[in-house]
Amino acid sequence: MTLTRTLMATSALTLAAGMVTAQDMVNDMTLVSWGGAYQASQHNAYVEPYLAMNDGVSAVWDESSAEAVTKLRAMSEAGNITWDVVDVVAADAMRLCDEGLAMEIDFDTMLAPAPDGTPATEDFGDLLVNECFIPQIVYSTTFGYRTDLIDQPTSVCDIFDLEGFPGQRALEKRPIGNMEWALICDGVAIEDVYDELETEEGVARAFAKLDTIKDSVVWWSAGAETPQLLADGEVVIGSTYNGRLFSAIEEQGQPIGMLWDWQMFDIDGWIIPADLPEDRLNRALDFIYFATDTQRLADQAKYISYGPARASSAPLVGDHAELGIEMAPHMPTDPANAVNTFLFNYNWWASYRDDLDAQFQAWLLQ
Amino acid sequence: MAHAETDAQGRILAADGTPLKQSLQRALRAQKMRALLLIAPLLLFVVITFVMPIGDMLLRSVQNKAGTHYVPDLIPNVAEQIEDWDPASGELPPEEVFRAMVVDLQVAFDEKNHTQLGRRFNYESPGMDSLFRTSGRRVSGLDLETDGPFREALIDINDDWGDLEYWATIKANSGYYTNSFFLAAVDMERDSTGIAQKDPDQRIYRKLLVRTLWLSAVITFCTLLLGYPVAWLLADLPARKANLLLILVLLPFWTSLLVRTSSWKILLQQEGVINDFWVWLGFVERLSLINNQLGVVIAMTHILLPFMILPLYSVMKTIPPSYLRAAKSLGATNWTAFWRVYFPQTTAGIGAGGLLVFILAVGYFITPELVGGADGTFISNRIYFQFSAIGNWGLAAALGTIMLVVVLVLYYVYDRLVGIDNVKLG
Amino acid sequence: MAFTETRSDTLRPSIPFTLSFVGLVGGLIALALGLMRGQEPTQLLQFTGLTVVLLCALAFAQLHLFSNAKGAMIVTGVVVGIGGLAGAGIMGAIVFGGLAAAFSWFVFWLHTRAYRDPMPNYLTSEQVLWYYGFRVICGLVFFYLIFPILVIIPLSFNAQDFFTFTPEMLRLDPAGYSMKHYVDFLGTSAGRPWVDAFRNSLIIAPFATLLAVSLGTLAAIGLTQPHVPFRKQITALLISPMIVPLIISAAGMFFFYSRIAVQGSYLGVILAHAALGVPFVVITVTATLSSFDTSLTRAAANMGADPVKTFFKVQMPLILPGVLSGGLFAFITSFDEVIVVLLVGSAGQKTLPWQMFIGLREQISPTILAVATILVVISIALLTTVEMLRRRSERLRGMSPT
Repeated sequence: MTLTRTLMATSALTLAAGMVTAQDMVNDMTLVSWGGAYQASQHNAYVEPYLAMNDGVSAVWDESSAEAVTKLRAMSEAGNITWDVVDVVAADAMRLCDEGLAMEIDFDTMLAPAPDGTPATEDFGDLLVNECFIPQIVYSTTFGYRTDLIDQPTSVCDIFDLEGFPGQRALEKRPIGNMEWALICDGVAIEDVYDELETEEGVARAFAKLDTIKDSVVWWSAGAETPQLLADGEVVIGSTYNGRLFSAIEEQGQPIGMLWDWQMFDIDGWIIPADLPEDRLNRALDFIYFATDTQRLADQAKYISYGPARASSAPLVGDHAELGIEMAPHMPTDPANAVNTFLFNYNWWASYRDDLDAQFQAWLLQ
Repeated sequence: MAHAETDAQGRILAADGTPLKQSLQRALRAQKMRALLLIAPLLLFVVITFVMPIGDMLLRSVQNKAGTHYVPDLIPNVAEQIEDWDPASGELPPEEVFRAMVVDLQVAFDEKNHTQLGRRFNYESPGMDSLFRTSGRRVSGLDLETDGPFREALIDINDDWGDLEYWATIKANSGYYTNSFFLAAVDMERDSTGIAQKDPDQRIYRKLLVRTLWLSAVITFCTLLLGYPVAWLLADLPARKANLLLILVLLPFWTSLLVRTSSWKILLQQEGVINDFWVWLGFVERLSLINNQLGVVIAMTHILLPFMILPLYSVMKTIPPSYLRAAKSLGATNWTAFWRVYFPQTTAGIGAGGLLVFILAVGYFITPELVGGADGTFISNRIYFQFSAIGNWGLAAALGTIMLVVVLVLYYVYDRLVGIDNVKLG
Repeated sequence: MAFTETRSDTLRPSIPFTLSFVGLVGGLIALALGLMRGQEPTQLLQFTGLTVVLLCALAFAQLHLFSNAKGAMIVTGVVVGIGGLAGAGIMGAIVFGGLAAAFSWFVFWLHTRAYRDPMPNYLTSEQVLWYYGFRVICGLVFFYLIFPILVIIPLSFNAQDFFTFTPEMLRLDPAGYSMKHYVDFLGTSAGRPWVDAFRNSLIIAPFATLLAVSLGTLAAIGLTQPHVPFRKQITALLISPMIVPLIISAAGMFFFYSRIAVQGSYLGVILAHAALGVPFVVITVTATLSSFDTSLTRAAANMGADPVKTFFKVQMPLILPGVLSGGLFAFITSFDEVIVVLLVGSAGQKTLPWQMFIGLREQISPTILAVATILVVISIALLTTVEMLRRRSERLRGMSPT
């Protein structure tokens, strides 16, 4: 084994490895999502059925949705897009669409109509927030609490009540949501929250409110942390996505209760990156047509308690796939749950996020 | 050399008839060439796969880009027209600037670049992102011939176009290169009066840098405190026993960083093994050992301890034990013998281990991310956040540059003190 | 001073000495425990006093009942162990029996002055105390080093989804243990992410290693030539991937590799990991080469071997251990790396550390414990290999007895 030969063999093999990847592209579809229970629900409801229908196609999951915007920017800068369909929240979809990083969708031709023939644009209705975004679900960020507490919290403002509810709380390590809840609990009317936050006094007011519990907060950055912290008893109450709480409560039987008060609505859905090569684009469109039809979106609700984005799916929402319990009462959109809600203003946050985030991090450091 | 031949000038000749000196020089050159040829492939490889990427990133810290384009390339007319305007005058820019903005925005909107511009300016003045995003479509609907004057037209579309501060931001950031990312990285900003400190409630990076350096120092000190006795024991024991114990040091060294971090995450949790044992001992209050600085220090000291023990050990091994005995037989107390005779001989090892641990600690990311919580994160974590979640690549690059400079200075000191060729592994 | 006499005097067993020492140690432990529990002063005093009296009485009784340590250890160990079994199950028997036996051993060790055996007899009692104190400190540090690594092995067999020892596990009840996390590792209904990640790691690491080793060995040979211009600067550059914080390397590579279109491919990750592995190869091979006896090559040349033959027949076999251990370092660097692959790779190249990082940050599933155990076993295997190589190299060179 001479060194030259080793070297040549190495480069040949490395090249070969590179070529294998290039070839794989045609049959590999890269789906980007959030990981955890949500990704599993997508996998079960439509990825697996799709793969079963299409021999030879395989899917790879990338849990990068939180960084989707940045990564797509870099990919587009390099002209080398490795993703096929990307799951993002509405705010990120708007961003990607504005920047030309997501493909514009002709909803009525590229998406399936409802079973009764209603075109997709009508079926999705208001949830079509821009030309690139194909909504899948409505979810909310809300609070879960330990059911073994002596007093059970009934209002979101109970998180600021250290005497009534002693113990650690879990809050997301970012200003979004926390600032709004702090102001609401400080007596600001819901319609004034963003106006208030735009002023320095309003920001100071929100931080002052958060200051009262700062020493008792565990800050999370991934949605699955709060259910884990609650299950372990590390915190008594904490915010996370309602679907994560559902799976901790109903599927794992953890002693956790759900607090719907002032839940924060958001929409999640697919985008297709702009400028995909034709064969991959066709595959992606084929997949999206299947994955967002009425039945598939209703199927997803069997696995996780997020509301399907199509009006026509709502009546089809049935029972949980394994537990057999009725899913409708666990949806954030269920009238009983949606008494106090707010849709967080992503337009506003798009402008103020960097600035407030810097202030928030500085506040954390104090 | 009795038979060495000489030429007419009396110079000694080599076998091939050339002067010996020349021949030796040629041989030396050939040797140098051969050495360089052997090194060249790797050097080239490292330069392409490592040095150039880093250089590329460093450049981003001064490039004034919005997305993939330089800002002045996106607003060429505004950049040219706004030169003559002085924000200190207290008046809005003249009509030509507004008109230029309409021209440039129309092109930018068609190419979907207007939001990138807004995002770039938003780093400097919050609110400009929505200004550009919401104005894009309506500005593209304006007719350049008929819809003037454009100052009123733009302010009509959005009041914020009448905000002097925003125009000052545009003027200050219309060049190809900018220092604003570096300013932001040291908690400064450029306002209408010049360069100033940010408000105290917005300063984070200097604090984070200080925290990173401070925690790294604490960790280095802890590894020294724990590593010194162990290295001494290893150097003191007979070779067979020492080799056996050395495995206990090397095993953590070879074990995946993630394994060790997850293990600490599991051990230190409120409901984890250590707290369970604590409660079993009879204590009521559970300890909070994780998601704070204590957790980071405990876990990182463990992870970096081998990097302290190994250099210390290799230095201590060379110190003859007879020195200590000699000191004692000359009347030194145990402490004096240690402090005046043994310790000074180990400072080289302390320097080597300490610097190595410190350099590695400063750049840590995984462990602070997973066990650090809110107040145990390092500057690396913030760089990653800026990089991947916020997408302010210029700021991430500027922070990275500052960190790189710190590390390279330490690296230089290390080289001076220890010599890079003396780095030992295992 | 009573203890600075000759050895024959100090050797004489003395019950007051033994009892006072046992009392002192026991009292200190009791005091520490009481203090940590936040006991009231009177309560604390009672607790400590009681412990001291009890332990002294126990020690006194043992010294009278038994003639040597072995008997005492067995009998007290078994008696207390049975008590523990009745009170707290198998684990109780092991813990309490063990503690009792250790206590007996300690009493006799003190009493017979066996502790002075390993040291010269002229040492003062302070020195003896220091000798043992020092070893206890070192023992604790070794425990700190090794415990976090070993503790996950039993935890990975937990039958529950908890990250701590369940009561069943502590009772050594077989029902408390299971292989289920290992089964999950092999795949669940939601796919086989761990196996895929493991496969990717096994594709990337060997290629990166091969690349780093072949280029690195050549360069190391170059660097150890007698005349190399800019040797110091070149070495500094080649070692820098080890020193530069990974987040900086990763961010730089992300942009640059995107631009040259290798981001998100195996090739990109392999190149990046090879660059990170290079310093280790350069360091180890240079170290081996610099202790290489150059007279051997001269001898070979003298006997008529040409340079190529000399390299393969003389030099190569001698530096091979260094090359291999450098390669193992490069391998583990790639096998263990997260940040770079997180940015340079895409989902298709998801490696084991990447999957673990997601698992730790997002949903802390106990499967991670099984993965961690597998990785610990792999690292033990690698460490053993490196140690064997090192010894072989020392033996082959036959020159540097360490």
